[in-house]
Amino acid sequence: MSASNARFSSRTQVALLIIAILVFPFVAAPFGNAWVRIADVALLYIMLALGLNVVVGFAGLLDLGYVAFFAIGAYLAGLLASPQLAATIESLQMDFPTAGIWVAELFGPVIAAQGMHLSVWLIVPLAALVAGIAGALLGAPTLKLRGDYLAIVTLGFGEIIRIFMNNLNAPVNITNGPQGINLIDPIRIGPVSFAGEAGVVRLGELAIPSVNAYYYLFLLLCVVTIIFSYRLQHSRLGRAWIAIREDEVAAKAMGIHVRNMKLLAFAMGASFGGVAGAMFGAFQGFISPESFTLTESIAILAMVVLGGIGHIPGVVLGAVLLAALPEILRHTVEPLQMTLFGQIWIDAEVLRQLLYGLALVLIMLARPAGLWPAPRKEQHLQTAEAAP
Amino acid sequence: MTTALLSVQGASKRFGGLQALADVSLAVRRGQIHGLIGPNGAGKTTCFNVITGLYQPDSGSFVLNGKPYSPSSPHRVAQAGIARTFQNLRLFGEMTALENVMVGRHVRTRQGVFGAVLRHSAAREEERDIEQRAHELLRLVGIAGLAQRTARYLSYGDQRRVEIARALATDPLLLALDEPAAGMNATEKSSLSDLLQQIRAMGTTILLIEHDVKMVMSLCDQITVLDYGRVIADGTADEVQRHPEVIAAYLGRDAA
Repeated sequence: MSASNARFSSRTQVALLIIAILVFPFVAAPFGNAWVRIADVALLYIMLALGLNVVVGFAGLLDLGYVAFFAIGAYLAGLLASPQLAATIESLQMDFPTAGIWVAELFGPVIAAQGMHLSVWLIVPLAALVAGIAGALLGAPTLKLRGDYLAIVTLGFGEIIRIFMNNLNAPVNITNGPQGINLIDPIRIGPVSFAGEAGVVRLGELAIPSVNAYYYLFLLLCVVTIIFSYRLQHSRLGRAWIAIREDEVAAKAMGIHVRNMKLLAFAMGASFGGVAGAMFGAFQGFISPESFTLTESIAILAMVVLGGIGHIPGVVLGAVLLAALPEILRHTVEPLQMTLFGQIWIDAEVLRQLLYGLALVLIMLARPAGLWPAPRKEQHLQTAEAAP
Repeated sequence: MTTALLSVQGASKRFGGLQALADVSLAVRRGQIHGLIGPNGAGKTTCFNVITGLYQPDSGSFVLNGKPYSPSSPHRVAQAGIARTFQNLRLFGEMTALENVMVGRHVRTRQGVFGAVLRHSAAREEERDIEQRAHELLRLVGIAGLAQRTARYLSYGDQRRVEIARALATDPLLLALDEPAAGMNATEKSSLSDLLQQIRAMGTTILLIEHDVKMVMSLCDQITVLDYGRVIADGTADEVQRHPEVIAAYLGRDAA
């Protein structure tokens, strides 16, 4: 009786959670679009954390430069769905007339004047592909490294990508340098643009705020990412990754091609990050190298570690907490202090960093395996009885 | 007439100033349990690691099942049909016993990213086969009831059994066991002996390193004795036991 009750109540809980997730934007929207926007960003972070979880959680490869793939996806969207490509071709024509004319002819007059504006249906797979290739390329030189050494090298790679984005405005203006790329096309499905008109998306009779439209899109992508992660984990490949994480020598002896499997882990993880990056670009409409600093890599890694490394629900929880809490603090701390004390004692940003550090320390002390780690199947007492 | 499944000719391996293996030749016959014994530091494990590709030999030729193979990388050796266990257990600690054995199927299965993500019917079928085979092997080694237990928390003897099941999951022609009875009590040893005989009866050839002389003598069809990296004797249990060099190696010169 009690077991079936427990199952029933846990089922009810899941159902309630799903309903809460689905109606959230409508409940939150009246309090201001900022709240739904926070949720949108949190959903992107879930995708990133799940992608990094493939590399760090499954294959056990400590990657401190993961934000590079987020950047690659975002810049891909920036180049292929904004006027930026026109600026690139123009700058090419100024500095290298021969190549510039050739490239302008290659792309045709429309693109040379207005830039490329690919559909999201092309950009998403392209972002996954390009980021995946970048992941394998950056992974290749690090194959023999482990632990701290791997972390340092990947950290360097992450910075290299950001510095490239920062400096590739000369000699040919590809990324527009520190100013970033502006006017990135919003996501468009059929005739419906997610940016809407004056922030309102109209689907026939239905009118919903733009942030809500993005919320459901990102939610869908998150669900797909979770399903992919789960299926990868419980497949021949996932088992091979975990085997490599647990004991590389034994994995080799079992016939696992360790090099290829590691590269595949880098590529798979990176492709998740690439898709999230392309979505980020389209969502914000603007990207600059500032969004892709080492701090971001560390934040994503913290989500994975804090939530429960290698455990998908834990990673999702970690991403939601670490992505949403700072934003919520930002929106509540200062008004709260104003009403309580009539002045602001602690800046929201300072408090955020304070709490962030405190949370990490407390969790490492109290729950070293993360907030929601994978369940262990240990039953010491029964082992002796069950053995023949 | 039994033919050689594995034949090693003139294998040598040097670590700096130490000649760990010097011109070692051995032939493991099909369907037999072949023992590899010798005093501590004789080069047994080195010999194992060379055969299974963990160490690169300095010289030597290797033939498995009539085909020359190069022990240049462990995964290719596993592919060719040699599976091994380790002297100091090397299970995938955080995985369950079942998952450990399922990893063993990796080398005989094909599904890649699309199979994993899309789970089309071929992928589902392969996954079902992997799981079913893993359950069968756990039953064979006698720990079917522990399938869902995390490997790290299994008892020592059970971990040894998982390792054997995991090696068998690669469908090996040759199963190479590095001291499988180490740390076992008499009862566990005798049930391990039964298991090894059962595996031999199923047609899998076994190469066995073992310190327990009684067990080796009763179990092995053929025995090779190593000392200081050289083969000092090769033959049946009786022949080896009477060999003066073997007696000298184990008991000292005076005893011979």
